[in-house]
Amino acid sequence: MSGTIAPRRRAREDEFTAERHVYEPHRIGLPPLRPYLRELWRRRQFALEMSRTALRAQHFNSVLGQFWLVLNPLLLTFVYFLLVDILRSGTRGAGFFAHLMAGLFAFNFLSGSVSQGARSVVGGGRLILNTAFPRALLPISSVITAFLRFVPTVGVYAVMHVIAGLAIGPHVLWAVPIFAMLVVFATGVAMLVAAAQVYFRDVSSFLPYLMRIWLYGSPVLYYLDEVPDHLRWIIDLNPLTPMFASLSEVLNKGHAPSAGLMLWALAWAVAALLVGGLLFMSRERDFAVRL
Amino acid sequence: MISLSVSEHSDALPAPATGGRAVRVDGLSVTYRAAYEARPTLRNTVVRLGRRQRMIREIDALKDVSFEVPHGTVLGIVGVNGAGKSTLMRTVAGILPPTRGRVEVEGRVSTLLALGVGFNPDLSGRENVVLGGLAAGLRRDQLRAKYDEIAEFAELGDFMDLPMRTYSSGMYGRLAFSVAVNMDPDILLVDEALSVGDARFKRKSFDKMRELCDHAGTILIVSHALRSIRQLCNQVLWMHKGEVAMFGDADGVIDAYSRFMDVGETDVALEDL
Repeated sequence: MSGTIAPRRRAREDEFTAERHVYEPHRIGLPPLRPYLRELWRRRQFALEMSRTALRAQHFNSVLGQFWLVLNPLLLTFVYFLLVDILRSGTRGAGFFAHLMAGLFAFNFLSGSVSQGARSVVGGGRLILNTAFPRALLPISSVITAFLRFVPTVGVYAVMHVIAGLAIGPHVLWAVPIFAMLVVFATGVAMLVAAAQVYFRDVSSFLPYLMRIWLYGSPVLYYLDEVPDHLRWIIDLNPLTPMFASLSEVLNKGHAPSAGLMLWALAWAVAALLVGGLLFMSRERDFAVRL
Repeated sequence: MISLSVSEHSDALPAPATGGRAVRVDGLSVTYRAAYEARPTLRNTVVRLGRRQRMIREIDALKDVSFEVPHGTVLGIVGVNGAGKSTLMRTVAGILPPTRGRVEVEGRVSTLLALGVGFNPDLSGRENVVLGGLAAGLRRDQLRAKYDEIAEFAELGDFMDLPMRTYSSGMYGRLAFSVAVNMDPDILLVDEALSVGDARFKRKSFDKMRELCDHAGTILIVSHALRSIRQLCNQVLWMHKGEVAMFGDADGVIDAYSRFMDVGETDVALEDL
């Protein structure tokens, strides 16, 4: 069996490492998608390695080192809990703390993907000027970095989930597809801002404020059903609302998410990936000239 | 910069026969659209759109360049600063898209371009080599196989595991050169890197390039060191203001270029300082 597979695989590899390159005018416009995606997949190790080195570099110099990966979001949750609890004159309990924590950790992933994604292409200047490779690897690597930072926080949340006495059952598994949609959405947005940053260098300066407003407009610091009716339309327009609302339904309320929310979230995720991905790919040949 | 593009089947494919076409450039033009403003910001763009201004200047880096070199050629590219030499190299490497015309490259390309040696100075030499190799499409096992060769040739010793910002410029250059030549490329693009390292390393890099030519490899070298060009190259392309001023045998073109530069063949002009 393996004898028949091996030669075929080799032939396929030879095909796309075909050593004949033809370069023709093509500045703006989509590259041929199938070869592009194939090259992207072939170099997936690059995106992974890039993320690993970024992580190593980020926490190399501090005393607590990798521990910050957990400590940072944990402290942030305490700060926000204090804030919200004071505003609510101390009526919030452990259940809400768990809701806040799950939301903040997930949001942290998104905001990490987006803010690092914005810098990914401009920061990869030298590599872009000297090597030909699918540029989409750079924002994708930012998403992977954010994901690697997110993974240890899952453990922290799991402990909190148990402490708060929230329901544990098969419904919790719904969190996986919900987070997967968030990953797809984050990838699309990361590509969008990465391309935008090449043309408008102040995008990354705006982003922290944008992300903060986005957080306040998402059902993280409050439950979705607490939103006053006259403001509800703003919250409904937010692409993150269906994702974070279903996450809270699953983890906090302890039942399967409503189908409407899930479909709405899926639509946003796919739309973000399509718009961000196509825009990025159609512009990427131009990047080397703009850096 | 450490950048390479290599496939795994160096033994599967026969080495390209000497005389086969390696690089063909046909009517190539490259136009940069450079913005006036130092920083392209949203505010400036909005203001500009409001005034219906286009703050963009077109710079013709290459104008209708055509030439062809067979495998086994060492092509020197000379010209004054801003003649379009580096743009030509980047277009052949597939990094810059042509504005008009066509570039055909037959074979695995490995590049050693001037601007970036190790794209992230906070990472160690080892990490930069691995990342550059993976970006160029190598697999991990291929890189592992090549890594020792690269490290040994560069003679960096323990420095391979230190951040590249601690390197001297000679060390930078040695590592970049070592990566580029040790990938067994069919075509090697070298941009102003002949003066890499000390005299001994220079000798070594010279020999390595000779060895590559003997295996029917093709080399494109951009350099201001005319003596090195004369020794290494069998053909020379003289670029001037984005156009081909002269293309032919090394001696003839270099003589004409030296006369044009009006420096004569003094030692200063011939040797890279």
